[in-house]
Amino acid sequence: MRELSPEERKAGFDEVEKGLALHQALPEASRCLFCHEAPCVSGCVAGVDVVGFVRRLKTRNFVGAARLIREANVFSAVCSRVCPSEEQCEKPCSSTNLAEPIAISALHRFVADEELKRGIRPEKAGTPTGKKVAVIGAGPAGLTCAHKLARLGHEVTVFEAEEKPGGLMVYGIPRYRLPSEIAEAEIEYAISPGVNLKTGVLVGKDIPFDEIRRNSDAVFIGVGLGYKSQLDIPGHDLPGVLQAGEFLRKAALGDPPELSGRVAVIGGGNVAMDAACSAVRAGASEVVVLYRRREEEMPAWKREREFAKTEGVEFRYLTAPQRFVEKDRKVAGIECVSTKLGEPDSSGRPRPEFIPGTEHVIDVSYVILATGQGPWPEISSVFGGIRFNASGTIKVSPETLATSIEGVFAGGDAVNGGKTVVQAVADGKLAAKSINDFLS
Amino acid sequence: MVDLSLEFCGVKFPNPFTLAAAPTTDSAEMVARAFEAGWGGAILKTTSVETEVVELVYPMMSGIDFEDKKLMGLQNIDLISERHIDEVEKDVKALKKEFPDRVVAASIMGAEKEDWQELVRRLEAAGVDLIECSFSCPHGMPERGMGSTIGQDPELTERTARWVKEAAERVPIVIKLTPQIADITAAAHAVKRSGADGVCAINTLKSLIGVDLDTFIPYPNVGGYSTYGGYSGPAIKPVTLRCVAEIAKSVDIPIAAVGGISTWMDAVEFLLLGATNIQLCTAVMRNGFRIIEDLIDGLTVYLEEKGMKSVTELVGKALPYIVDHSKLSRDYKVVSAVNRETCIKCDVCYIACMDGAHQAIELDENRIPVINEDKCKGCGMCETVCPVEGCITLKPRES
Repeated sequence: MRELSPEERKAGFDEVEKGLALHQALPEASRCLFCHEAPCVSGCVAGVDVVGFVRRLKTRNFVGAARLIREANVFSAVCSRVCPSEEQCEKPCSSTNLAEPIAISALHRFVADEELKRGIRPEKAGTPTGKKVAVIGAGPAGLTCAHKLARLGHEVTVFEAEEKPGGLMVYGIPRYRLPSEIAEAEIEYAISPGVNLKTGVLVGKDIPFDEIRRNSDAVFIGVGLGYKSQLDIPGHDLPGVLQAGEFLRKAALGDPPELSGRVAVIGGGNVAMDAACSAVRAGASEVVVLYRRREEEMPAWKREREFAKTEGVEFRYLTAPQRFVEKDRKVAGIECVSTKLGEPDSSGRPRPEFIPGTEHVIDVSYVILATGQGPWPEISSVFGGIRFNASGTIKVSPETLATSIEGVFAGGDAVNGGKTVVQAVADGKLAAKSINDFLS
Repeated sequence: MVDLSLEFCGVKFPNPFTLAAAPTTDSAEMVARAFEAGWGGAILKTTSVETEVVELVYPMMSGIDFEDKKLMGLQNIDLISERHIDEVEKDVKALKKEFPDRVVAASIMGAEKEDWQELVRRLEAAGVDLIECSFSCPHGMPERGMGSTIGQDPELTERTARWVKEAAERVPIVIKLTPQIADITAAAHAVKRSGADGVCAINTLKSLIGVDLDTFIPYPNVGGYSTYGGYSGPAIKPVTLRCVAEIAKSVDIPIAAVGGISTWMDAVEFLLLGATNIQLCTAVMRNGFRIIEDLIDGLTVYLEEKGMKSVTELVGKALPYIVDHSKLSRDYKVVSAVNRETCIKCDVCYIACMDGAHQAIELDENRIPVINEDKCKGCGMCETVCPVEGCITLKPRES
């Protein structure tokens, strides 16, 4: 696949990967063995018929291939770009034993892009059932759920706190991985079967949850996660110390804060990797990721870590910030201490222990805090009556995604604590099925 | 929504995709699974009267690969079904009862006039929608005066087809032809004269698939000896296309196409050449009944994108564009053009032109091919070898 060189990338937020050309996609598709009960399908939580779409691609039926995927995954083109496919559909591929797995994700993107070129065919609403469903949160879970229910004839209203629908697809994932027009085209498709969309409405502030429940026959909650730094070390409110969520949000909206000098990113998850690579594009001359365990313990996916490395991002492991150093009323450094790994903690990963006497200061111009992704702190007060897990995620029945309140269902990151777009899509589908069963 | 249904010899098929007479249709259970998957019709594996003894040999299937791609072609030394007409009658009844909207056809082969006619009467009584007669199996059966022995002789073809047609009261009769005849239109004309309703083109090509380099025994090795077989699969598609086109241009008779069809694109080509029924076998043996999903979806999307409402709009549309070689324009001149942006500098076009054509390609300092337009005749060899779609094109010459 063609991609921008690390030098070209620094110039802005243009998409890095450019997709396969036809003469690359066809031979790759013809490597597919068309296995019986193909293992790739079991690797996709959205249940995409991988063999079916690859065969359609091979016979140049690009639109048929794209529609087949889209029936299983409303956010097809988005997922073809952001799925960790090497850990999903491509992992069990039978061709791995011959040479290498089929590049399913690249083939998926090829047909999704062919479909986008022609325009996605909108869907029609189903025969009206007279039932009303409220969906709270217009991310991939909520929009998928709304889309499927509207096609079944239910009257669906989506409440979204932000000005634009899309959730993380619009406000979180960096543009160099997911150009905004891709997400926008699929969001438009998602609401095409007559989904009512109310943006700029924050449930709990602009409208009480109880009122939504009273006016609906069923409710789906897909509010995702929030960001709040849990790194309350001295100096965390100094100018120049940025929250990753807010930084990525501005970058995704096309208005990244201008950075300079050395930028430190604190954290080891995918958000930290996104923040680091976005910092490279926002003017940082040097980007360093500080993480208090080793690379093996990093929650960030391997492909994200490798991507950051190709962009020149430096990783300092076993390093824990202690306080931020101030100069000219602005952050100028981070005092860190080296760590060693001890016994496993509650997360199952070895607990980092400080090594006394290893304190050192890293000079920085900016800091991006990428440690605090978690459930919205307000979630339990807004959605009164619902049971939560200890971690703050919403408690649901895994078979149906039903919450502890009858007729109220939930899915996506707010339930699983932050996984993938495709998992949110799968949740949205399952919830739509459960809600439809509940209403009929 | 587009309409994929098609009439062939007066029989309505819900879609053109039909299983050819072969191992894939040798039991009601298999055909039922195919119908459930969406196939429009099935020709049950060729049967005969009880007195015709069928003893099969094993192994019977051998493939030929193209470089790293498996199964460019398949050779079989299978014979007709070991199941005689009494069993096939039961299958027909069961399938028609369970799938009244699908086409259930039988394939028959006989030696004597009485055999042919008895087969027709019994299958008609059992309720088949159509009967196909194999005048064309190239291996095994000809040694017994059957199969392609008939199809290679227009007089025998006409006489035998007449017997069969005489015996049929209701069902249309289709004669399956062999390509191993000097002029396939002579055989098709003979079928037309006999009064039979349609032709099926083509049966397999007589072949020898390969020889074991260590044992010197050709494939398949049946206890130390081998024999000639019938060759099918993607490799024979151009032969089938030619046969269907020749018949469609010279004989007014419905044509079922079979031989090398694997994809919906292949099917469209045969429809464009005048076929009104599309039969598949090797592709199904390889990838299963499930390929019907892709066949139907691909054809549907294609018709949608062409703005066509019915598959019938395709039938015969390519025929006006086939003329005798002498009728082709001598004034039409083209020249190769290379897209320097998409060229991957493999230079396979350079070698092909240098040693297989007109030495009209030079390489520049970046190893990108440059066409010498004075030398280029526009033969098209470079375009056929280029691995990048659309990189080398043939453009009409100015003036």
